[in-house]
Amino acid sequence: MSAGKTMNLTLHVWRQPSGTSQGRFVTYPAPDISPDMSFLEMLDVVNERLIAKGEDPIAFDHDCREGICGMCGMMINGQAHGPRRATTACQLHMRSFEDGDTITIEPWRATAFPVVKDLVVDRNAFDRIIAAGGFVSTHTGSAPDGNAIPVPKTAADQAMDAAACIGCGACVAACPNASAMLFTSAKVSHLGLLPQGQAERDQRVLKMVATMDEEGFGTCTNHGECEAACPKEIRLEFIARMNRDFIRAGLRNRGERAGSGGTG
Amino acid sequence: MNWALRFLRSSIGLKLVMAVSGVVLFGFVLVHMIGNLQVYMGPTLLDEYGVWLRALGHGAALWVARGVLLAAAVAHVWSAYCLTRLNQKARPEGYRERMNRESTLASRTMRWSGVVVLVFIIYHLLHFTIGTVHPNFVHGAVHQNFVVGFRVIWVSAFYMIATLLLGLHLYHGVWSMLQTVGLSHPRYDLMRKRAAAAFAALVTLGNLSFPLAVLTGVVR
Ligand code: HEM
Ligand code: FES
Repeated sequence: MSAGKTMNLTLHVWRQPSGTSQGRFVTYPAPDISPDMSFLEMLDVVNERLIAKGEDPIAFDHDCREGICGMCGMMINGQAHGPRRATTACQLHMRSFEDGDTITIEPWRATAFPVVKDLVVDRNAFDRIIAAGGFVSTHTGSAPDGNAIPVPKTAADQAMDAAACIGCGACVAACPNASAMLFTSAKVSHLGLLPQGQAERDQRVLKMVATMDEEGFGTCTNHGECEAACPKEIRLEFIARMNRDFIRAGLRNRGERAGSGGTG
Repeated sequence: MNWALRFLRSSIGLKLVMAVSGVVLFGFVLVHMIGNLQVYMGPTLLDEYGVWLRALGHGAALWVARGVLLAAAVAHVWSAYCLTRLNQKARPEGYRERMNRESTLASRTMRWSGVVVLVFIIYHLLHFTIGTVHPNFVHGAVHQNFVVGFRVIWVSAFYMIATLLLGLHLYHGVWSMLQTVGLSHPRYDLMRKRAAAAFAALVTLGNLSFPLAVLTGVVR
């Protein structure tokens, strides 16, 4: 990574003007790319050049560019967020590639994530899963005392691990079945592990799984691709935990409908 | 009962049907393989075992077992079909490039190993249970049917291929099943894959040995 040295790349990028139009791959040469750029900065440079030529820049999602918001995400050479483990596309640097490389860039592919434009997909399905049960009901008066509710250390640690999910959708994108079970299980678990999340625990898992199914995601066959792609290293064991919770909630709530009841 | 239907038709419910029926089938293949090991203990034992099985519970046990196995097989194939359809609908348009990181040959070929095993099961029933595709089937002469059946080389070859594919299916299936029913703990997760590999290897090696033993003349 010697300073001043640049790379010449060739990009194959999925271009699609809108959700209803046909898309196709377009090849762009990307000369003079600094290895110190992030992947998104590389796309910025390519876009600047496209704009200078009067062409439509490549649309992609991004916000924080520091790996914490979950907005960025694209398939880079067949891997969600690219080749580095535990790394979002915005935190991926061009030094992860070689001079002369060809890079294929595609949007997340899933029925539940329709393409909006180019590399941008609509991930509102995730928000609807959260809205179905990813909350706790709480008293909103004055601030409670710190540590008023004891939380066991192991539960706090596990809940924290699950809460690291930034909802980027890489799990769905990497899953051969386009299943959202890693995402849903992280969201079910991070509240379900804590004492504050117990009141709604059964309804939460039943409703979130029902919404996940309605949104048209696939089902888990335990390939483990999601875990490998996750920039936050959410573990497959959360899916087992969600299955466990779902079975228990189903048995305990016989006769009740998953949709009724609620938080009143 | 409505809640149960709704529960079982959810994604996780369907997976449970597959896992539980898989466990029943898995229990059967293990016991079936162990039962057949008696072929190494002399030419009469397998015949006597057959007589004993048919007489068990005044002749009812065999039919109960067959009923349970048929139900499990139907449930397993039905849930596999439903889940496969769901998964195909979830991504109708694939990627131009795709690199696998964690999935295994076994996990990616479950559908195909499953279909071959299904065809094999039907053939196997016609071969050794009903006898229609056996060159010289004699009802009750289990040992002799076994030896005569496996002397046909392409039949033995098909048995061995199906056995290897069943091994792959079990290797992924056993650990997948544990995950589906929610048996997971960080301390034991490594053990789950090892246990799955050991079970799969046991069943595969046992079943592989039968046609090989006949072809090499160890069992005659
Ligand atoms: C002796 C026969 C069989 C045994 C012992 C067996 C066992 C299993 C087990 C234990 C599982 C794991 C369930 C889970 O994912 O939780 C499984 C999954 C599966 N089986 Fe079977 N199976 C057999 C035959 C078949 C047949 C005949 C088919 C299809 C025609 C089939 C198709 C599948 C599929 C598609 C899966 C899902 C794979 C996955 O979850 O990754 N199996 N099987
Ligand atoms: S832009 Fe926020 S995580 Fe990448």
